[in-house]
Amino acid sequence: MKTIVGLEIHVQLSTATKLFCGCSTDYRDDEPNTHCCPVCLGLPGALPRLNRKAVEYGLKVAKALDMRVPEESEFARKNYFYPDLPKAYQITQYDKPLAVEGTVEIEDDEGHEKLIRITRVHLEEDPGRLVHVAGGSKYSLVDYNRSGIPLLEIVTEPDMRSPQEARRFLNRLRTILEYLGVFDGEREGGLRVDANISLEGSERVEVKNISSYKGVEKALTFEVTRQKNLLRRGQKVTRETRHFMEGRGITTSSRSKEEEHDYRYFPEPDLRPLRVADRVAAIDLPELPTARKNRFMKQYGISLNHARTLTGDPKLADFYETVAHVDPVLAATWVADTLLGELNYRDMSIAAVPADRIAELLALLRTETITDTAGVQILREMLDACAAGKPCEPPAVIVEREGLARATGDEFTQVVEKVVAANPQAVEDYRAGKKGALNFLVGQVMKETRGRADPRELGKIVSGYIDTGGV
Amino acid sequence: MAGTLDFSPDDRYNAFITTCRQATFSEGTLAGTAVAVKDNISTARIQTTCGSKILEGYVPPYDAHVVELLRQAGAAIVGKTNMDEFGMGTTTETSAFGPTRNPADPERVPGGSSGGSAAAVAAGLVPMALGTDTGGSIRCPAAFCGIVGLKPTYGRVSRYGLIAYANSLEQIGPMARTVEDVSRLMSVIAKYDPRDSTMLDRPYDHRPSADIKGLRVGIPEEYFGEGVDPRVAESVRDAIGVLEGLGAETVPVSIPGMQHALAAYYVICTSEASSNLARFDGVRYGPAVDTRKTWHEAYQDLRLELFGAEVRRRIMLGTFALSAGYAGRYYAKAQVARRNIKEDFERAFCDADVIAGPTMPTTAFRLGEKSDPLSMYLSDILTVPANLAGIPAISVPCGRVDGLPVGLQIMGRQFEDERVVDAAFAYEQEVRA
Amino acid sequence: MITESDIEHIAELADIGISKDEVPEFTTQFNAILDYFEVLDTVVGEGAPAAGITNIFRDDEPRPCLSQEETLANAGSTEDGFIKAPRVM
Repeated sequence: MKTIVGLEIHVQLSTATKLFCGCSTDYRDDEPNTHCCPVCLGLPGALPRLNRKAVEYGLKVAKALDMRVPEESEFARKNYFYPDLPKAYQITQYDKPLAVEGTVEIEDDEGHEKLIRITRVHLEEDPGRLVHVAGGSKYSLVDYNRSGIPLLEIVTEPDMRSPQEARRFLNRLRTILEYLGVFDGEREGGLRVDANISLEGSERVEVKNISSYKGVEKALTFEVTRQKNLLRRGQKVTRETRHFMEGRGITTSSRSKEEEHDYRYFPEPDLRPLRVADRVAAIDLPELPTARKNRFMKQYGISLNHARTLTGDPKLADFYETVAHVDPVLAATWVADTLLGELNYRDMSIAAVPADRIAELLALLRTETITDTAGVQILREMLDACAAGKPCEPPAVIVEREGLARATGDEFTQVVEKVVAANPQAVEDYRAGKKGALNFLVGQVMKETRGRADPRELGKIVSGYIDTGGV
Repeated sequence: MAGTLDFSPDDRYNAFITTCRQATFSEGTLAGTAVAVKDNISTARIQTTCGSKILEGYVPPYDAHVVELLRQAGAAIVGKTNMDEFGMGTTTETSAFGPTRNPADPERVPGGSSGGSAAAVAAGLVPMALGTDTGGSIRCPAAFCGIVGLKPTYGRVSRYGLIAYANSLEQIGPMARTVEDVSRLMSVIAKYDPRDSTMLDRPYDHRPSADIKGLRVGIPEEYFGEGVDPRVAESVRDAIGVLEGLGAETVPVSIPGMQHALAAYYVICTSEASSNLARFDGVRYGPAVDTRKTWHEAYQDLRLELFGAEVRRRIMLGTFALSAGYAGRYYAKAQVARRNIKEDFERAFCDADVIAGPTMPTTAFRLGEKSDPLSMYLSDILTVPANLAGIPAISVPCGRVDGLPVGLQIMGRQFEDERVVDAAFAYEQEVRA
Repeated sequence: MITESDIEHIAELADIGISKDEVPEFTTQFNAILDYFEVLDTVVGEGAPAAGITNIFRDDEPRPCLSQEETLANAGSTEDGFIKAPRVM
């Protein structure tokens, strides 16, 4: 049974001011109702003024998604009554959107390239935020700080065939938006998704209120299972709107009259139409993820997987490029695998990591001054310091202080002698041809040297030592 | 010379909703001049109600652009004038604060919706006032009360701070006893304001000239047809004769789209109003909504209680005209009709420099006379075309019928407000002399 | 022809209160007005008036906001800096 998914994505554009007024968009962590003016409060007599940057950002996205910008576009009023919507209409775009007909390339479930068609993108204003008072209270509390934040709504064709594809699409879209510098993925609630999902031949269900890209796969997976179960039991899927409960990972029927809404759209008389198609040619796009991925493979000789991971986030890719000079392949492994893993574990951003220190660490690894094991230990120490807001010591200082330099010469021979002498049974097993015995002995040496020896090299040394009758 | 003006008027005609007894003023071209402001124009620290209970007690935190300009010019803002609720009326009878009476005959309406401003000027309480004109709301009361009123070209005066009734049609404009004062006030308020995106940077800075030699005055047959009181038509024809005497020539013109004008106007203004007036929910301002009820219940109850019948009727009409299944027949058709009328005027203005006709088909109605909404709407037929076309139009007194004032309406090309002012000035100077 | 139940439906769509005894009067008035609007059926042509000026923008430069006190000053009821509104069921 084919799964058919289409998405409507709302992203907050990272402009300095709101879409129609000069209030700052930097409202997170601030007191409620402190980023407001007559315009975004919908006070009588106030008039909207369109933010040029929001339009430029919209056009940048349109160009990056290979869209057509119609000669004329215009804003319209979407009329509905809700306490978080101060004018009782949302200024949005209806039958004349900013751009239409684009594509985004993703990988399908078999790893093949696939194009997802973009129907349209348009600009609109975010409503305020409702806080529901706990304890079954009759009233809500409203904060209008978010009211008027510029949103870009991106609508896809129903081209995705699984929840995983939908997640990959969203990741790719987010990456593109971040590359374009029009969206800050770290802002809470900066991306919201409504998903349309149906099983082939059945009714379509709209899932609203998905507020993270990780939530999309969860919500859609839940829906696929729910809809399949309905059909398996011989029931029908009802055409309806459902809400995603992020915390519980389920969707619930909203039983609202949403389908009956009559938004009575009409052109916004307080704004003039846009004629911006001729501005698209002059827009300079940055290198986009696919191009950068291909360049990384060619220029740095790194693997597809590493290139893909590194270019998945423009900040990570920039970081890589500042440290790649030490040794591109070594740097790719350390940044894409080790560093990224450690960052995820700490929920840290790459922005908090000093690139010069990582370059120094890579240099120590490249000159084999330290082993990989010691490298990881030093990296962790540096990241812990950064996370705690402490100064990040140069890796060479840590090596010195902790005595982590690669073990060599006499010190090394002494440890091997000590380990071999202390484990006669293992030595015997090794001589009897048991492979595991050598690993055990190497492990013991590693333990004694606290990772300051290279295990591959060590294997040869230990076996050579025993074979040449060191004992 | 900055100072304070004591303002304690004998408001026997109920022209004001709010008066400012101690009105401060500064230096400037209007230094110390008492100016009344229609109560749908936002004034910081002064209650602004739109003639509605739903905004009773609302004190804007900001001044409308025109009010900023008035203050800069030294005017003393002495009060907020009565009006039909949200501008929805032709008589000032739909005000929640009681009707205004016509100083020319207190048993009659002053016209509307800027009836308070017109009555305040006509009664001599202030020399000049601001009104707003969505479909005739400056010109109608000017004609009924026997004063001068100008609806500027759409986009010439900032709407920032004007509480919207029908955004695409309305303009703030000057009202005064003389054309000269109208022109003076216009020079103060018509200055560019980037906060109104529908505005153009075409400031008005003009001293009226009475020289109209060679002016081509278009006479549209549609303005003298059925429904126009023949005695009103005759007064207006006499006035046009005066213009001819001053060297103007008349040419016949035609606005065939007039047959659709009134319906198109009412569809557009009610559609826009249904959206504009939805924000009055008692949450952020205005009399508080009952937060113990559920949202829709509380909202509907508030609007039933605090909006008058005409406002609710127009909100419903506009909602209907925009609703799924009807928008094509009403809203979309009205836009086409509007385009046709605009083009009719453009054609007419190839042959004529200005177009003249009566402002209103009749003289002022008796209080309570227009109880049926449609019959009241029909009286706007001669004023709405200028709003649909976005062109300037002035009403200047031209005689009386049964002792009641009649208004001569002169319309001009877009951004030729100066020319209609000059034509009105020439007439006024001639008949006064 | 608009019926009384149409009027009640429109009032609901407009989210505007209408009292029972107003319904018959509103219905009569609506029918008269809509009869008059029928003249629009004879409008010839298509398209709204031309756009005129286009591309009116503002620069993306922050301007001062109202203080929280000013924002809340006209609100009927507030709580901890928020504005109170009826709950949507």
